[in-house]
Amino acid sequence: MQKETVIEVKGLIRKFGQLAAVDHVEFGVYQGEIFGFLGPNGAGKTTTLRMLTGVIDPTEGTATIQGHDIRNEPLLSRAHIAVVPEEANVYLDLSVWQNLMLMAELHGVARHRRFQEAERLLDALGLAERKKQKARALSKGLRQRLMLCAALVTGPEVLFLDEPTSGLDVQSARMIRQIVSDLNRSGLTVFLTTHNMSEAGEMCSRVAIIDKGRIAAIDTPEKLRSTISSRQYIEVRFAGAVPECIELESIPGVSQIDVNNRTFRLYSRFPGQVVTEVVRLADSRGLEIADLGNRKPSLEDVFLHLTSGREERSLQ
Amino acid sequence: MMVRRETAQTWRRQLHGSLVILKKNAYLYYLKPPVLIFGVLFPVFFFLAFKMGRPITAENVVPGMVAMALWFTASAVGPLVTPWERNTKTYERLISTPVSLHAILVGDVISGFVFGTCLSVIPVLLGLVLTEVFVVNVPMLITGIVLGALNFASLGVLLAAPPASGPSNIMLLSNLVRLPLLFVSGIFMPIGQMPTWVQWIAPLSPLSYANALISFAFGRSTFFPVWLSLLMLVLFTLAFFIASCKFHNMWRAKGL
Repeated sequence: MQKETVIEVKGLIRKFGQLAAVDHVEFGVYQGEIFGFLGPNGAGKTTTLRMLTGVIDPTEGTATIQGHDIRNEPLLSRAHIAVVPEEANVYLDLSVWQNLMLMAELHGVARHRRFQEAERLLDALGLAERKKQKARALSKGLRQRLMLCAALVTGPEVLFLDEPTSGLDVQSARMIRQIVSDLNRSGLTVFLTTHNMSEAGEMCSRVAIIDKGRIAAIDTPEKLRSTISSRQYIEVRFAGAVPECIELESIPGVSQIDVNNRTFRLYSRFPGQVVTEVVRLADSRGLEIADLGNRKPSLEDVFLHLTSGREERSLQ
Repeated sequence: MMVRRETAQTWRRQLHGSLVILKKNAYLYYLKPPVLIFGVLFPVFFFLAFKMGRPITAENVVPGMVAMALWFTASAVGPLVTPWERNTKTYERLISTPVSLHAILVGDVISGFVFGTCLSVIPVLLGLVLTEVFVVNVPMLITGIVLGALNFASLGVLLAAPPASGPSNIMLLSNLVRLPLLFVSGIFMPIGQMPTWVQWIAPLSPLSYANALISFAFGRSTFFPVWLSLLMLVLFTLAFFIASCKFHNMWRAKGL
């Protein structure tokens, strides 16, 4: 079945002077998916998000949100979205309730519906008891929950989240991830930019990796991981004496070795064969293996591989 | 027919958005210290500095004080709102709502207008109660206050456009603009009695025209004819608002 495209980005370019912060970016986001947008600092993530949410204009190219062109029909395209920007805050001098009402009113949500939705969301995000409290009195985690609440009370079809869990405590971050996943299961499309690779791997249906303003890859996290099978490695930790690096390097199929204290990472396309050889070496030398495992490349490995090409050193 | 209905609906939504912005601004900014200092205390101090110890008749003071109070109050809100929102990181969310930037700016102008017109009632009432002056042309007084407030509020919004690092920088800029325009506008001394070079500059201050209309309403002779004052206030207001839209749009993402 053909998936419905909610966001379609075509040849998007944004220049600041001579620098192209976003350079011919193209991708589509399907209905009901969590689309991760990953990239190093300054890669163009937030600039792309700001173009899609109407904060800045593209220099060239365009995008549609629910079929509405962001350049020609900006108000209609923004009517379908809600945004939780990274560097943003709630109105500190308004109460929790007033913050919600303000965003709902700006989106033209009818009175009875915004009251009903606000009550439900405050309850769901654990803010019901604080509804009369000024936002100034809330912790960072609670303010982030309030931001999410204020975005959701507008009844969006697409939710843009820019680093939603950045700098939050573990509980708040987990709660926000859980809520976003729950909302996604009920049909909400989510566009998520994040630095947190495990978050992206855990939450996203597909991810796009952007580097220096250009899209480096777009696929599901599993498929992206499988594209760099050469980055599989065996991790072996010795309890007592350790072998010489040169001995491990001489094992057939090992392409590279990283050493960290007593732990060795042996990169290979043939991990099974390497495990056998490592065990044989340990036996012959009388070495004690404390831990031995075959590790698949993580999304972080894929990310580093695509964005820098120095992944193995960066992992140290 | 269909297109006309959609257009009307869009206008209605945007107007509603402007009123929501007004409500937000009234709640958040009317009682902020910079608004109270530069909008309320400033004209009071200027009045005291101008009047105390000088043999000036009430007829010569009251119209100017009304115009000056309007000038400071109506233009006090605009310069605060956008810089404050940028500083407290609420601006990006605001401009990504389905309310257009123009509608947001209309809301900001209305905020300054309401603040200015409401507070300008105080010097009018004080003048009428405490002195012998009286209003000879009430419609002209209302017109002068309404047009003046709209104009000064638009100027305030225009001054908020540059992406400054904090609200205090914009308040400083706004005073750099407002104070010279105040001194050349005939508030403290009739324009006709000022040096010739000031008489050349006076037409550049919108306050000169608002002061002329308000003075006329109190039965005093004015340097500019009423028709010219009305026309110039309308033109200045349009120019300020159009410039506001252009510059706010140009700099909207700066400093986020």
